[in-house]
Amino acid sequence: MSEAVKLTYDVSADDFTHAGEASGAIKRTLKKLGIDMEIVRRVSIAVYEGEINMVIHANGGVIEAEISPSCIEIWLKDKGPGIKDIELAMQEGYSTARDHIRALGFGAGMGLPNIKKYTDDMKIDTEIGVGTTVYMKVNFT
Amino acid sequence: MDKMFHAVRLDSDKCTGCINCIKRCPTGAIRIRSGKAKVLKELCIDCGECIRVCPTHAMKAVYDHLSITEGYEYKIALLSPTIFGQIRNLEDLDYVMTAFKKIGFDDVFETSRAAELISEATRKYMNSKSYEYPVISSACPTVVKLIQLKFPDLCSHVSPIKSPMQIAAKMAREEAINKTGLDTEKIGVFYISPCTSEVTEAKNPIIHGETGIDGVIGICEVYHQLVATMEKLDKVDAIANSGLIGVSWAIDGGESAALMSSHYLFAGGIENVMNVLEEIEEKKFKRLHFVELRACDAGCVGGILTVKNPFMAKARTQILRKYLPVSMNHLETDGIPTEMLLGASINPVEGMKLSDNLFDALAIMQKIDGIEKKLPGLDCGACGSPSCKTFAEDVALGYSTENDCVFIMRDQVQHFAKQMSLLGMNLGENRADDND
Repeated sequence: MSEAVKLTYDVSADDFTHAGEASGAIKRTLKKLGIDMEIVRRVSIAVYEGEINMVIHANGGVIEAEISPSCIEIWLKDKGPGIKDIELAMQEGYSTARDHIRALGFGAGMGLPNIKKYTDDMKIDTEIGVGTTVYMKVNFT
Repeated sequence: MDKMFHAVRLDSDKCTGCINCIKRCPTGAIRIRSGKAKVLKELCIDCGECIRVCPTHAMKAVYDHLSITEGYEYKIALLSPTIFGQIRNLEDLDYVMTAFKKIGFDDVFETSRAAELISEATRKYMNSKSYEYPVISSACPTVVKLIQLKFPDLCSHVSPIKSPMQIAAKMAREEAINKTGLDTEKIGVFYISPCTSEVTEAKNPIIHGETGIDGVIGICEVYHQLVATMEKLDKVDAIANSGLIGVSWAIDGGESAALMSSHYLFAGGIENVMNVLEEIEEKKFKRLHFVELRACDAGCVGGILTVKNPFMAKARTQILRKYLPVSMNHLETDGIPTEMLLGASINPVEGMKLSDNLFDALAIMQKIDGIEKKLPGLDCGACGSPSCKTFAEDVALGYSTENDCVFIMRDQVQHFAKQMSLLGMNLGENRADDND
């Protein structure tokens, strides 16, 4: 048995009320597998942040996850506008979220920094006008 | 006592194999097998939801009848404060207490007396700051079992203080020994319970330790006799010794309010409780100090063994408590008496994990995924499992076979039918050839 368990979730655009469903589902799956709760919590927060980003900035997208015996890897793929300056986007407190989004309490500029903080590896692959894929990995040991 | 004892029992003759209970069970502990419901005991948390929804009353609550008191020289009724809200126009707790003495008990003791001591002890515990926020009430055995089973990480948050039922049972027995001079085995302590959860905890105490309770009688068992007796009372004894704080434990938020802090949360109803635990597990609400959770709507007055509508009973309790003194029972010591503390810590219970080994768990999960993809996703329950996902798990773990799914079965039948008709056509053609 070497193949990983694969999970896929759709994230719909501008739908805050359903944001958090993918991270919730991933959390339940990890718990069922008996993964340490501290790790489950880190994954859950990181995916949640990514999910919210996809809703705010990118008209939704797809979240793919692969769970292997050593780690979970997650790809958050969107066809949004792309990130102009990744270094800036990674800074705490920097956000391009529009006002109506901020009015809802989102767009604090902590999304990407939190993903970095709670994961063991993170990569951003982005192209202006084409979309962004945020990759993250959390090790189980 | 059987370690797997549960206060829920099935009357097989009455069970029609409908799917109401499997759909409602919060831990997915029921399946239909050979046309009858089957409770997976290791997953049952005694909430009683299956009893509520069973249309044929095949799912029954298990509790003792009044006859259990026979043979004891001195019989004590231990009253849950939920009983007071069951009675219309009640102005004085003593009417209920006196009526219990008329229906065969020698003495009556309210668990709300112990509840007041627990409230005081919990305030001390909260002030000690020797724990991680939030502290979760240990009073509802179903909630504690749910945490052990589905939220193992929160076990350490459960309050280390025993439940009112247990502490009151000990207090009542000691008081009776002092009063009568009888040996302890001649004294019978009988809890008058609002729910199956406490029946199980009294008979098979896995959370709170030995209870010293000799029988658990449902409120519904004594209710009508009690009301009839109360109507005929000419003299009322002064027995009650509970204040507002103790009686309020019967209703939502009562336990929390006694802590004199605003940083608390109450949730009642098993679905709500699960949602709140999910959020606490994710540490979404860090300013929360105390969490009072009850498996039933409106708190313990919503218990499956009560008689009246929970919200009506709650309103009656609110009116009744209005003129009660705040608290009648107080700790005699500065610290928390050790006999009020749980002997052992609350530990996780295995039951939801697929396997102890991550490799195996992943393999099983892949198998589940593969099976789930073949299913219609309608969660119809006809297979006897509560959802397609659970059915896929049951198949992967060998408890069911794919053919139990009516949709898979239909496809197979259609496939066979096609094969048969093809075969028939071929035969016909062959015959036609023969005729040439």
